[in-house]
Amino acid sequence: MSSFRSILFKTDHQFNKDVVEEPVFFADLNLNQIIDAIVAGKEEYNLKPFFYTSLSETYSIKYRQEIMLDLENKTLFRHITSFAESMQNIRKQLSIVDKLYYKYHKERLFIDVVKMYCEAVMTLENQLSIEDIKSQGLLSFRIYLNNYVKSSNFLSLITEANNVIANLSSIKYCVRIKGLTVEVFKYESKEDYNAEIEKIFARFKQNEVRNYRVGFAHPLEMNHVEAQILDGVAQLYPDIFQKLDAFYSTNKFFLDKTLLTFEREIQFYISYLEYISIFKKEGLKFCYPDVSNTSKEIFCNETFDIALAQKLIKNKSTIVTNDFYLKNKERIIVVSGPNQSGKTTFARMFGQVHFLASIGCPIPGKEAKLFLYDKIFTIFEKKERIKDLRSKLEDDLLRIRDILNQASSNSIIIMNEIFTATTLKDALFLGEKIMEKLIKLDLLCVWVSFVYELASFSEQTVSMTGNIVPENPDLRTYKITRKPADGLAYALSIAKKHQLTYDELIKRIKV
Amino acid sequence: MRAFLLYENDDLALQMNYGKCSSSLTQDLEIETLCKAMARGDDFIYKITTNALISGLNNNIDTILYRQEVLRDCLNNQFIVRKIYEITVEAIETKNKHFWISSNKYPSSILSNSVSTLKDLMTFLKQIKNMADEHTGKFKSKGFVRFFDVLKKELDDKYFDTVQNHLQELEFEDGILFSATLGNGNKGTNYIIRKPLNKKNWLQRLFERKQPVFSFRINDRDISGAKALGDLNDEVINTIANTVAQASDHIINFFTKLKEELAFYIGCLNLHDQLLNINEPVAFPIPVEQNQRIHSFKGLYDVCLALTLKQKIVGNDASINNKNLVIITGANQGGKSTFLRSIGLSQLMMQCGMFVPAESYTANICNSIFTHFKREEDKTMESGKLDEELKRFSNVVDNINSNSLLLFNESFAATNDREGSEIAGQIVRELFEKGIKIFFVTHLFEFANNFYHKTKDVLYLRAERQPDGTRTYKLIEGKPLQTSFGEDLYHRIFE
Repeated sequence: MSSFRSILFKTDHQFNKDVVEEPVFFADLNLNQIIDAIVAGKEEYNLKPFFYTSLSETYSIKYRQEIMLDLENKTLFRHITSFAESMQNIRKQLSIVDKLYYKYHKERLFIDVVKMYCEAVMTLENQLSIEDIKSQGLLSFRIYLNNYVKSSNFLSLITEANNVIANLSSIKYCVRIKGLTVEVFKYESKEDYNAEIEKIFARFKQNEVRNYRVGFAHPLEMNHVEAQILDGVAQLYPDIFQKLDAFYSTNKFFLDKTLLTFEREIQFYISYLEYISIFKKEGLKFCYPDVSNTSKEIFCNETFDIALAQKLIKNKSTIVTNDFYLKNKERIIVVSGPNQSGKTTFARMFGQVHFLASIGCPIPGKEAKLFLYDKIFTIFEKKERIKDLRSKLEDDLLRIRDILNQASSNSIIIMNEIFTATTLKDALFLGEKIMEKLIKLDLLCVWVSFVYELASFSEQTVSMTGNIVPENPDLRTYKITRKPADGLAYALSIAKKHQLTYDELIKRIKV
Repeated sequence: MRAFLLYENDDLALQMNYGKCSSSLTQDLEIETLCKAMARGDDFIYKITTNALISGLNNNIDTILYRQEVLRDCLNNQFIVRKIYEITVEAIETKNKHFWISSNKYPSSILSNSVSTLKDLMTFLKQIKNMADEHTGKFKSKGFVRFFDVLKKELDDKYFDTVQNHLQELEFEDGILFSATLGNGNKGTNYIIRKPLNKKNWLQRLFERKQPVFSFRINDRDISGAKALGDLNDEVINTIANTVAQASDHIINFFTKLKEELAFYIGCLNLHDQLLNINEPVAFPIPVEQNQRIHSFKGLYDVCLALTLKQKIVGNDASINNKNLVIITGANQGGKSTFLRSIGLSQLMMQCGMFVPAESYTANICNSIFTHFKREEDKTMESGKLDEELKRFSNVVDNINSNSLLLFNESFAATNDREGSEIAGQIVRELFEKGIKIFFVTHLFEFANNFYHKTKDVLYLRAERQPDGTRTYKLIEGKPLQTSFGEDLYHRIFE
């Protein structure tokens, strides 16, 4: 047997570390909405833990990226999903069979399920053997699968199942019902009475008439009359039914554990690919980012906030993409600009792409190079907190302190409009203080702030701003671009719109 | 088993098939009045005769003569034919008697209902067959002779006995016997019912073969067991119940078909009775191939008017050979419309195989009849009316061919005489030259007069008026006269 263990984790020490808790930053980045949408309908696989756990090694990310890329092959994808569907059905059938009461009924249905399983496995093996697979993970799974279908266990399972089914199907018997008495005996040839009656009345047959056949529901369950007839048949053919019995008791646990694990884990890729296909259909791009845990020179082109895009597609609105990059010593992006111009979305997007890259998924964007962080921290304004200003500011600062204590130079911090409830003087002061600490830590940070002075704080900071359409300040482009913060641009546009700029006023005011 | 009383080689249902003709034909010719008389209150006959009249335009001469023969047999054996009709009606009603709920969900009740229905139907079949045996010699037509032969051949005594035996067996007094195989979950499937064994054969067989038999009995108190057994029983007999139910449907269909065919002739008998009562003559017409142009009759009357007035009315004579245009002019209320209707009705009656309201009648058959009658709304001379009229006629033109029959009644009169005449003249000249048979009732003097002067092969009929102004309702051959309607009016008002 091959050493194949897991399609999600390359090495054993990462295997089966199920994280059950949702990461704390999920809600702020709207990643909870994204992951909920991804795993919707796949609850039985309990996929969330896979989506909660960032990988710490770049080779682990590569391992997944390769597999994901292989699965972008639509044929391969379809083979895997139909295998998974078969397995789901098999499990469902088994749980139904398990609840059945009559022995020979239950055993026969069991054997059918075994056969379904064997067929599903062989089909997948067959299909994978001719697919062009490049990823290490799927290649080693293919070897595993090939060995499994050739194993004597598997071969005897399918042969015996077929034998028993063939024997049962060959049985033909007769039943006579008179009143409440039922007799069962072996078949002996006798005319089909219906055919005879048809012949008698054939001379009247002209055009099509109504069909008087009544539709009979054939529930899976067996009633006790059917069961007794079946018992009778079993007595007429004892050998065949003994074999059925034996098959059931020897093969109770026929499902292969590694295959079951594979089926669950592969859903990570399937669910993600299915999810992003919605966006691809709208012409949005996804890419496999180059992920590094050493270089903080990052970039991402034509990316977007997936959670927002999900809503916009539903409302048939346009989705605006954005670019970002950091070069040389640049570490901190300060985002400023008018309200509703997409600043928070930009901050979330920055967090989302880094997180998705860290679990080995393709990210929204045309091309990207991203940093493999150790931790993500978010500090977003909590609207529900109604406290006096002093204690609110205190809370914020406490939170920032905690985070700064935990953060390393490999962390990412995303801050959204903190200090809004303070005076500008305080905000500027605190902002500069915190900025100093961030720079000292040399970590990556996006900071959405109305304190645009922070944007030109040092060579480590980069200024990006939200934009408006100058002719109509009520319109937003939702483009966040790299340029010096200018707190006046927006105000001037509004003024112009209302003919209240200097030039306008000169003309308007005529004394 | 089929009756073939309407078509020699076919048992096509009589469909309401106007072909290319417009449904206004019914209205213009007052077909309703005729069919009501034929139906005598029987909705079914009403429907069938209407359909027969309309669809008759598709018949060829053979079919017409075939029906004429059958109809003669009917007239000669009224009592027997009406009796057979009664049997078919009664037979069809057995279905209702046995309370067929088409939504019946239980094959066992479908089966027992069907078996008892079949038992009844067999007695009706036997009655009809006995009628055939008894009265064979009295029927001469190909249709009836063959029908009676079929009855005798298909329904001999041995057949009735065999059916009787099976109907007995189908009650399954000794239970049902069926074969099966193991299907999904080892549940029984492929149920095939086998010919039942009687008690003696049954025991004998088992003991002789020493067949191992596994047997059990459902406890009397086991209600769910009894239900399960009943369900199984139902499923097994599902197919045979369907077969028997369909067999009874087929026999009902035989009667239904026969009833349909007879209904047409019963309608003819009814009409015949009524015309006889008012001393109106009828004649079996002589149909002529459709490429000829023949229309000769004596005493042709409007059957609808006679039926409505319930008295003998004035008939018309004409001999229109090798002419295809008849222009009818003359005084109002002089019988022009009545005449036009009698042409249309007798054509329809002839072509569906009926007798016609005349002392004698011969005409070429046509493949479609179009009427273009003045509509009530055409009375006002609005500009839109002529437009409407021409549009209506344009629809007609789309469908006519050289063997159509066209009946115009005061067409293109929605404008003044000059314009109307010009339009009508151009239209009719074209149709006339194409050889299409046309009857044109008109007030348009210019139009009628122009034709009189330019074309010889046109027959002119005129509504007669006595010098004292009274009408005879008889059309005579005669050239169009300048309308005297205004003169009449002048006299009435000023004198």
